Amino acid sequence: MHLRGRASFIFRIAVWSMLFLAIPAVLCFAAEPTQPTGRTNIYDTSTTPAAEIAHLSVFVLLITGAIFVSVAGVLAYVVIRFRAHKNDEASEPPQIYGSTQIELAWTVIPVIIVVVLFLTTARIIFAVQDAPKPKDALDVTVVGHQFWWEYRYPKLGIVTANELHVPVSTAAEPLPTYLKLLSADVDHSFWVPQLGGKTDLIPNHVNEMWIDPSHAGLYLGQCAQFCGMEHAKMLIRVYVDSPEQFAAWVKDQQQAAVEDPAVAAGRHVFQSQSCSSCHTVRGTTAKGRFGPDLTHLMSRATLASGAAANTPADLREWIKDPDAFKPGCLMPAMQLNDQQLNELVAYLTTLH
Amino acid sequence: MADQTLPVPGTLDVTPPHHAEGTFLEWLHDWVVTVDHKKLGILYIVYAICFLAVAGTEALYIRIQLAVPDNKFLSPEVYNRLFTMHGTTMVFLVGMPILFGFANYLVPLMVGARDMAFPRLNAFSFWLTAFGGLMLYFSFIGGFGLYGAGNAPDVGWFAYAPLTAKAFSPGNGVDYWALALIAMGFGTLGTAINIIATTLCMRCKGMTLMRMPLLVWLMFVTSGLTLVTITPLTAAQVMLMIDRYLGGHFFDTQAGGSAVVWIHFFWIFGHPEVYVLVLPAFAIANEIIPVFSRKAIFGYPAMVAASVGIGFVSLGVWAHHMFTVGMTSVENAFFVLSTMLVGIPTGIKIFNWLATMWGGKIRFATPMLFCTGFLLQFLVAGLTGIMLSVAPWNWQLHNSYFVIAHFHYVLVGAIVFCIFAAIYYWYPKATGHMLSERLGKWHFWLFALGFHITFDTMHFVGIMGMPRSIYTYGADRGWGTLNMVITTGAFVQGIAVLIFVYNLIVSYFKGQEAGNDPWDAWTLEWATHSPPPEYNFATDPVVKSRRPLWDLKHPEDPDWKYE
Amino acid sequence: MSTIPAFEASYNEPWHLPSRGKVGMFSLIIGESALFTIFVVAYIFYIGKSLSGPTPEILSVPVFSTICLLSSSFFIWLAERAIEKNDMKKFMLWWSTTIALGLIFIVDTGIEWHKLIYGEGLTISTNLFGTTFYSLVGLHATHVVLGLIMLSLVLVFTLTGHVSEHHAERIQVLSLYWHFVDAVWVVVFTVVYILGR
Repeated sequence: MHLRGRASFIFRIAVWSMLFLAIPAVLCFAAEPTQPTGRTNIYDTSTTPAAEIAHLSVFVLLITGAIFVSVAGVLAYVVIRFRAHKNDEASEPPQIYGSTQIELAWTVIPVIIVVVLFLTTARIIFAVQDAPKPKDALDVTVVGHQFWWEYRYPKLGIVTANELHVPVSTAAEPLPTYLKLLSADVDHSFWVPQLGGKTDLIPNHVNEMWIDPSHAGLYLGQCAQFCGMEHAKMLIRVYVDSPEQFAAWVKDQQQAAVEDPAVAAGRHVFQSQSCSSCHTVRGTTAKGRFGPDLTHLMSRATLASGAAANTPADLREWIKDPDAFKPGCLMPAMQLNDQQLNELVAYLTTLH
Repeated sequence: MADQTLPVPGTLDVTPPHHAEGTFLEWLHDWVVTVDHKKLGILYIVYAICFLAVAGTEALYIRIQLAVPDNKFLSPEVYNRLFTMHGTTMVFLVGMPILFGFANYLVPLMVGARDMAFPRLNAFSFWLTAFGGLMLYFSFIGGFGLYGAGNAPDVGWFAYAPLTAKAFSPGNGVDYWALALIAMGFGTLGTAINIIATTLCMRCKGMTLMRMPLLVWLMFVTSGLTLVTITPLTAAQVMLMIDRYLGGHFFDTQAGGSAVVWIHFFWIFGHPEVYVLVLPAFAIANEIIPVFSRKAIFGYPAMVAASVGIGFVSLGVWAHHMFTVGMTSVENAFFVLSTMLVGIPTGIKIFNWLATMWGGKIRFATPMLFCTGFLLQFLVAGLTGIMLSVAPWNWQLHNSYFVIAHFHYVLVGAIVFCIFAAIYYWYPKATGHMLSERLGKWHFWLFALGFHITFDTMHFVGIMGMPRSIYTYGADRGWGTLNMVITTGAFVQGIAVLIFVYNLIVSYFKGQEAGNDPWDAWTLEWATHSPPPEYNFATDPVVKSRRPLWDLKHPEDPDWKYE
Repeated sequence: MSTIPAFEASYNEPWHLPSRGKVGMFSLIIGESALFTIFVVAYIFYIGKSLSGPTPEILSVPVFSTICLLSSSFFIWLAERAIEKNDMKKFMLWWSTTIALGLIFIVDTGIEWHKLIYGEGLTISTNLFGTTFYSLVGLHATHVVLGLIMLSLVLVFTLTGHVSEHHAERIQVLSLYWHFVDAVWVVVFTVVYILGR
């Protein structure tokens, strides 16, 4: 009976150790740059840094896996082999107090492993962090806000929010994007697992990271540093565009806002109900900086940093009661009546 | 197992201590005014177990909320409070008190002393800690009253500035958090000083430093580490209070203050704090593994050296929590190296435990089961720690559920398992009754099962990109199934803990009589009554080796011949 | 249970253990050092990072009070020696001198702060310099005040005849604290009035 209990214990150790090793290892070997999968798995890599990290992690996993198998193996052996039997209760086993040679041996082995791990790690740290910045790299300034993202393209004169557009970067035509990370209020962290590791956005402390996504498409991520009530809904969407798509998007974003006389009433609501004290619509008197730039609101697929879809119905609900999607977000409910709401939504839906 | 005919040393009265039956008020008064290290130790442990139940319940609420995507069980406000309180409670109101409780109870007994060096300071420290804990929980009803979930802190247990500034946390939650931790910090400082003085100045004759039980050594190192880590936390909290109440600018980024400085200060405390918690767990394993393997600890001097080594190295690794805050590549590389170095003494410890078991006759009573679980889980925790120390990989894993899984492997898989082992091991000494082995085995297997279901799975959601501290997630992320598994495991652990608490209560009244030395052990606490009289030993013991009771039981082959 | 063979009760080698008072005080000093280290590091880190004035140039070096405080360490040492020899008159003399010197230091700090607050308009909330300056110097001053309270208690007990050479060790433990407070001032002084100015 006892034996069976122990056997199942050993069995469990074996199963878990295999899981522990096998699953990440399988994930790792898929670590070549791939298409966007819409998943946030760190092994669905799409950039050089992400792929280097994944490869490094395979190496580390192999070493730690080997350590695990050997030490857990010894533990399992000891547990089975040296358990007490009913019949030899009386005598004590021989007392061994230690052995300097053995102690030395198992001090030296870990030292060697640490040296190897450190050198490989250091190589990747320098390769990623100190990579020389190409002259034609795209610069984007990312500003973290409670609880949304502001993206500024200083060389292109574009300001947008929550949905980052960057060009694809191929081996033939490398075009990395360098993100300068700032914060307007508290600490945030920019993390899109497929594109690479995370970097924090800290007020009064400028950080930088770079990405060179090899395949076009949509990549998802989110804020990874607790930043307050709605930290969970500070989502990131990165669109990697083909060169043509990107050029078209840039051209579109550089325009001032569309002015449609049919929605003058809505624009009046926007400007008179203090929407404009937080939001900018370029080409109008709205120049607020606390909230996202709405000049090209309709070019975005989501609202509220990914918390709601950008449909007229959701937009109306969002303006009426932001807490419905994002309780605790900093946008206030403006207590508009139904007519004002309809006019405002009509106006906003013209901002292509 | 209990060897009642063992000639106990000349340190006992002939008559067992007389228990006077008083009224409830007398009994209560006795406990409140006590300066007896054993009673204070029990108070610490009971206090910690109560808060373990509270913080465990908070964890279950958190797990219910995360079980399915887009859950509306908790509001973000309440969720943020719960995860902050869960972390703060587990570290400051469970981990530290319970381990200091064991130190309080055991260190004087093990060094053959009658009490701690400063008994009244000891009582003062306990009540300060208790007051701090109650103040922290008063935040739920204090401040702005009971509206919502009261005014509990909601900034995470790491409380990164400037989220804690008045501008971003206007209520009083942060104040409760900081003041409670300052109060507990002073209490902890007092206890640490007390343990150091007891270890150095209260040893019985013959108990040289290199003959002290390893538990005493480790508690000594822990206390030394506490001295230099709790005070930086207190300093940082005082700065935070200066910012919040006197208009200071330490962490005010609008006035040139630095948010990164807080992160440094916090982790200068926060990382050694992990070792403050885990070294006492090692201490417990160091006592239990030899006794149940029936062998002396393998490589005692190496174990002492490794403990002291871990203590020192742990002071230089804090910034491995900060690989993503934008340090230079050289700084990152430095902290990779220092962090990996901790792995060497830690590895030595694991090897020594295995060598202690090797060639023994291992009795798998409940304490040993928990220690075996500890060995396996601590191995995994160490290896995931190595993975996290690899800075580039850390850029991906930092603040993901992988990290949550890693540190719960340390805090639950290693520390809580050792705490359970310790309670099963020393409960007979403290109460005179054995805990039920049958319930103990149920407790172990259910808890281990729940533990692995929960925390093994967490590694994978982390790899799949789930960050910590989020109150909900969208269904499109594909984290739903695994989170449901994690939640299931949490409830299995909850059931196991209920069995444990039931065992604690029932065995106190109906448990089998323990006798003085139920485990046939070797350290001095087993030479006195169960429970020990107030004065511990009627005459001061004299020891000649690391295992004084082994010498007594085996006069033909005593340890001192070999040391 | 009634058989009680003894441990080999005779232990003939000499058995010395350190004084628990001193060990306790040394431990406290180690902890306090860590506390001060954090404040000193914060001070050094924020030197020159204030966004507005006044700057540390407004500080004048408190030479006199520094000499008073540092020399008090010497007088308390004389007091320690006096009580070991049970020379209570000398003890009282040197002990009171120590208290007087500590008082001069605290009063001088008070005058300095008064000037800074009302003359220069520097408060703890003015800028980073004010925040770090008042915190660090204030933390040290708090320790001086605590020390003075304890020293004065001893003086009261001495005057009422409750202190004798039996208390020499306790007096030494208290002196350790006072020496520590003086040593910290050397660091604070160097950082605030020399490095940071």
